[in-house]
Amino acid sequence: MTAIPFARLTLVEWRKQLDTSAGLWLLISIALVTAAVLAVMAFIGEGATSFEALYFGTSTPMALLLPIVGILAATSEWSQRTGLITFTLEPRRTRVGLAKLVSALGSGIVFFGVAVFLAATFHLAVVTFTDATAAWEIPAGALWGGLLLTAVYMAQGVAFGALIQNTAGAIVAFFALPTAFTLIGSLVGAVRDAMPWIDLTTATEPLLLDAGAMTGEQWAHVATASAIWLLLPLALGLVRIARSEIKSS
Amino acid sequence: MITADHLTRRYGDVTAVGNVTFEARPGLVTGFLGPNGAGKSTTMRMLCGLTPVTSGTAHVLGVPFRELSNPGRRVGVLLDAAAQHSGRTGREALTLSAMLMGVGRRRVTEVLELVGLTAKEADRRVKGYSLGMRQRLGIANALLGEPEVLILDEPANGLDPAGIRWMRDLLRDFARSGGTVLLSSHLLHEVERVADEIVVIGNGRIVAQGSTEVLLSHSQRSLEDLFLDLTADVSRDGTDPAAAATDSAREDAR
Repeated sequence: MTAIPFARLTLVEWRKQLDTSAGLWLLISIALVTAAVLAVMAFIGEGATSFEALYFGTSTPMALLLPIVGILAATSEWSQRTGLITFTLEPRRTRVGLAKLVSALGSGIVFFGVAVFLAATFHLAVVTFTDATAAWEIPAGALWGGLLLTAVYMAQGVAFGALIQNTAGAIVAFFALPTAFTLIGSLVGAVRDAMPWIDLTTATEPLLLDAGAMTGEQWAHVATASAIWLLLPLALGLVRIARSEIKSS
Repeated sequence: MITADHLTRRYGDVTAVGNVTFEARPGLVTGFLGPNGAGKSTTMRMLCGLTPVTSGTAHVLGVPFRELSNPGRRVGVLLDAAAQHSGRTGREALTLSAMLMGVGRRRVTEVLELVGLTAKEADRRVKGYSLGMRQRLGIANALLGEPEVLILDEPANGLDPAGIRWMRDLLRDFARSGGTVLLSSHLLHEVERVADEIVVIGNGRIVAQGSTEVLLSHSQRSLEDLFLDLTADVSRDGTDPAAAATDSAREDAR
């Protein structure tokens, strides 16, 4: 009997993100919330209706909600106890963890496409139904920078889920830790200067503006902050998945 | 073939499973019997590579479980019928397993029929399932890959009398066609009636093992009496296994 191909494992993990009522509704909610934000920007807000402005508008709901998809992909094996089945069908648990990561990245890419589509649709609507002029210009770097940012947040979600293995705990840690960290940084002078190096939110800010225009130092910021907030929890999470005892309660 | 050799699992100072050695051979149903908390589930999780072994070895089909490639096609496992995503339909849960193992979707319909879940039931979400339905779903999941070995933890729990008889026939047929079955239970009469060999565990240790016939003839009494005698003197963390066993016996009698 040959081993289970990684592609198959990834496909199954992807399906698991979508085949439950909770997972499906989470994705639908993200699309609805994003659309609602854009609707307010396009028809109620003051003037920020260029495609670029609307595109930026999608980033906040996406950054807030999409990582939960990644968190759930990892934690549901414990919260719903499906790990008993998953890890008996594929005892090479690190492969399962990596399949969760890759499938979550896949979801992130698809949803990034949805966000761009929504921004374009609303801009088209603004141009059609109001007297605003069409403004489609956007730096290419803002688009692929945004895609990269989505990937970072998705991977971070999986990493926190794998490490904490509890949905509520992982969601709280995912949002509270970096926020607390940013707060400390803004208060303590010594930390403030180092912030771009160690704070992921600060470091990834230029990505969305125009990743193509970023300096070498700014890329170094992204690299170090990602190492702390993404790679480290991911590595620890994969080790925890591989080593921990899988129990039913 | 399942082999446990001096299998031990300690949690801090507590020995959940100590020095457990037994074999479950092809063609036979091996009953794994013991009161609640005796170490049955921990032993079964060690056999399946889910619980790390403190010492000793566990082999399934001659290798540690974690070395089996695509284990679902060789070993059918049911460890906890309640361990299913409540928001998934029964059919979807089986479809995921079938995809992972690489068996066709037709096999999902086959096992659903085999365990007696109707198409309508299969399309309902698991949160609406009774324990008996979850148990049938879990057995369907174990049979999906047409395995040579079955490892089932308390599979008769929650089944009605007709379901218990069905399960008994299923396991007997599976063993008769050369398969290996290890099933745990605290339902003494149930094990007595289906198992060819019995391993009795109490307080994490094996207190008796052998063929059902020999164990029963030696005691000249029912297996229940033997079971209560053997596990009565062991007591762990305040619970009285004998009381638990009596409860099970009462449950069984209903």
